[in-house]
Amino acid sequence: MGEEQHKLVVSVSPHIKCEVTVARIMWLVTLALVPAFAASVYFFGMRSLIVQAVTIISCLGFEAMTLKMVNRPINLADGSAFLTGLLLGFNLPSNIPLYIPVIGSFVAITITKHIFGGLGYNIFNPALIGRAFVLISWPKQMTSWMAPVKSITDMDVVSAATPLNVVKLGETTSQGMQTLLEQFGGSATALYKSLLFGGVSGSLGETSALLILIGGVFLLIRGYITWHIPISFIATVAIVAQVTGNDPVFHVLAGGLMLGAFFMATDYVTSPSVRSAQIVFGICCGLLTMLIRLKGGYPEGVMFAILIMNCFAPLLDRGMRTKTFGAAGKKKEVAA
Amino acid sequence: MNTGTFERGTHPPDNKEFTSGRAICDAKIPKRVIIPLSQHIGAPCEATVSIGDSVKKGQVVGMANAFVSAPVHATVSGKVVAIAPFPHTMGRDVLSVVIENNGKEEWVDNISEHQNYLSLDAETLKKLVKDAGIVGMGGATFPTHVKLSPPKEKNIDCVILNGAECEPYLTADHRVMLEQTEAVVEGLKILMKIVGVNKGYIGIEDNKPDAISAMNAAVGNDGSIQVYSLKVKYPQGAEKMLIKAVVNREVPAGGLPMDVGVVVQNIGTAVAIYDAVRYGRPLLQRVVSVTGRGINEPKNLMVRIGTPLSQLVEECGGFKYDSGKVIAGGPMMGMAQSTLDAPVIKGTSGLLVLTPEESEVSTHGPCIRCGRCIDACPMGLQPAMLSLLVEHGFYEDTKEYDLMNCFECGTCAYICPSKRPIVQWIKLAKMNLAQKK
Repeated sequence: MGEEQHKLVVSVSPHIKCEVTVARIMWLVTLALVPAFAASVYFFGMRSLIVQAVTIISCLGFEAMTLKMVNRPINLADGSAFLTGLLLGFNLPSNIPLYIPVIGSFVAITITKHIFGGLGYNIFNPALIGRAFVLISWPKQMTSWMAPVKSITDMDVVSAATPLNVVKLGETTSQGMQTLLEQFGGSATALYKSLLFGGVSGSLGETSALLILIGGVFLLIRGYITWHIPISFIATVAIVAQVTGNDPVFHVLAGGLMLGAFFMATDYVTSPSVRSAQIVFGICCGLLTMLIRLKGGYPEGVMFAILIMNCFAPLLDRGMRTKTFGAAGKKKEVAA
Repeated sequence: MNTGTFERGTHPPDNKEFTSGRAICDAKIPKRVIIPLSQHIGAPCEATVSIGDSVKKGQVVGMANAFVSAPVHATVSGKVVAIAPFPHTMGRDVLSVVIENNGKEEWVDNISEHQNYLSLDAETLKKLVKDAGIVGMGGATFPTHVKLSPPKEKNIDCVILNGAECEPYLTADHRVMLEQTEAVVEGLKILMKIVGVNKGYIGIEDNKPDAISAMNAAVGNDGSIQVYSLKVKYPQGAEKMLIKAVVNREVPAGGLPMDVGVVVQNIGTAVAIYDAVRYGRPLLQRVVSVTGRGINEPKNLMVRIGTPLSQLVEECGGFKYDSGKVIAGGPMMGMAQSTLDAPVIKGTSGLLVLTPEESEVSTHGPCIRCGRCIDACPMGLQPAMLSLLVEHGFYEDTKEYDLMNCFECGTCAYICPSKRPIVQWIKLAKMNLAQKK
C-alpha cells in the first residue's frame, strides 16, 4: 500500500495500553464471588437465588435509569452495577420481603453512587450504604435470619439467630459465647467448622468463610487487590479479640468479616489508593469492627466500620503520600 | 552475573521479534535530504550555507554559538536547494536545509583520522565530539559534549552505557551491540577518558543474552569495564532507573546523573563518538528500527540523517493497511507523526507502524482509584491524583504532587484500566504552569 492513501492517526504517547479494563476487573471480582454465591443457594435454597436476582436486576435497572436521567452513556457491561447488586444481595437475609432489596438497590445505585458523581466519585461503598439504609429502616426484617434449608427447593423458613447475635444476646460476651458453644455441643472445633464450611445462619454471603477466602485469594493472586487492606483488617480483629480475652478464631470467621475485608473494604473507589494508607485504613476498620461487636448495640460491626473509614479514605491518601524518587537526596542537597 | 533493577515499573509486551533477528542493512541514500537546524535540546543552529551552495558530505550546514547546542552537517554531497521550515518528527515545522544529492558521495576535505585516539587529551576528544554534532541518540537528543562537561565540583566516578533499550519493538541498540561491538567498547573507553574515570558499565536488559555475551567477549579482561545485566522492566532505560539499577544511587529529585557522579550515554551515541574520534566522521547516519504489525517488511536500517520517513516506509515494503499510527521512536514515549515528509533526525531510534486496530484512540473512563499507576510509577509519584487534578483544572495543586518530577515515561497511562490519558494531562499541566511563569 502506498503512503499517499495512508491515513495517519495522531495521539499523545503512550501508544499502547495494557489489556486490563475496568469491566474486566469488575467481572473478575464477580467471578471470585461465584463460589460464595453457589454456597448461598446451597444453604439457603431457591429463596437465595430469588433475592439475588431481584437485587441484581434492580441495581442494573437503577443504573440505567439514573445514567439516562443525567444524560450519560449507559454502560451496564462494565459490570460495576452488577457487582454492587451481588454484594448487596450477599448482605441480605434469605427471607427478606422482596421490596426491600429494590429500595436498597435504589439507595445504593442512585443515591450513593450517582448523586456523588457516578463511578469513581462516590465516597461510600454503594452496597454497604444500601444495606445500612434498609437495616435501619426495616430492622426486624433485616435481622430475622433463617437457618439453612434442608434442600435447595425447600421454601420453608425456620428462623435462627446468627452466631454473633447469640453472643450479643448473652448478658456478657463470655456468657453469650458459652450459649453459642452449647449449640455446637460445647465443641469450639465444631463451631469453627460450621463457620468455615458454611451452615450457620446469617446473610446470604456470610455463610462460608472459606469460600469467600478462596475468592479473595484468587483476587490477590491475580493482582486485582493487594494484601494491605484485608490482612491488616483481619489481623487487627484477631489481635483485638485475643487482647480482650475473646476467641480470635471465632471473631475472624464469624459474620461478614471475610466478605467485608476481601470484597467491601477493598473497593477501589472508597478505599485509599496509597498502599501505606491502606494499612492504616485496614487497621482502623478492624478496631471499629471489634468496638462495635464488643461494645456497640449491633452484633456485627463490619459494615459500619467500613463506612466510617470510607470517609477517611481521601484524607489518608493525602496524609500518607508516596515517596518521590530522589526526594531524600533533594533534602540533603538543600541542607548542604 | 549481576542483575539489577529499580522499584516499581511495568511489563509491556516487548514485540521485539519483528526486527531483533535482522541484521542492519543500508537504506538507500535519498535523492534529497532535509536537515533540520534543530535536532537537539537547546539553541537551534543558524544556517551556515545559502541556497545554491555546493556542499560536501560532512560539511557543517548549521551552527550555534550557544553552549547547549550541536552543529548539523550535510549527510550527502550536492546542492542546497532550500532553507525553509519543514515538517519535523517532534511535531512543529523547523527551519531546515534541503540538499539535492549529486550522488557523488564526496567527503569534506578536512577529515582527520586518529589511530591512537586514546592518547589524545580529554579536551581534544571532547572537541571532536562537539564538532561531530553528537547528541543523545536514545531519543532525548541532549548535546553529548554538554553532558561530558560537568562542573568541577561534581565528582564523576563512572560512565554507564545504556543498552537497556526498554522501549517495546525497538532493536536498533540491540543490533548495534551485536554488529558494532568493538565500536561500542571503544566509544565507552573514549567517554571514560573524556570524563577522567576508570570505571565504565554497559547495562543491558537480560532479554538480549546475545548482546550481553557479545559485549562480555569484546570487553575481555579489561577490568575497568563491566557488563551489567538488567531485569527486563519498563522504563529500565530511563537514566535515573538505569543508575539506580547499576550503581544503586538515587539521582536527587530535580537533579541530574552528575549529581551522583555518573555520566550516562546511549549505545548508539558511543558508536557515533568512536566514529567521530577514530575516523573524523561527524554524525551523518544512524540505525532506525522500522517495525510493527502495520509495515510489510520490518527492518533495521542504517539511515542517513535527513531521509524522509516516507522513504523508510517504501524501503520496508510499504504499509499493510490503509490507516494507522506511524510513530517516531517507541510506543511508550515516541511521537505519532502527522506527515511522512518529516526526516529522520539524530534521535530517531525507530519508526513504528501500528495497525488500524492498534491505532484506535480509546475513550477514557473515570479514575476508579485502583492505585495501579501508583504501584507502577518509577518516580514514586501519584499519577491518579495528578490526573484528577488536571482533569478538573487544578493546575497549581499538581506542583504539590511533584508534577515536575514526571518524565512522561507513560507507565501510568499504559497500565490504567480506565485508559485515562494521564501523560497528556501531565504535559498539559506542565505547559500551563510554564505559561504562567
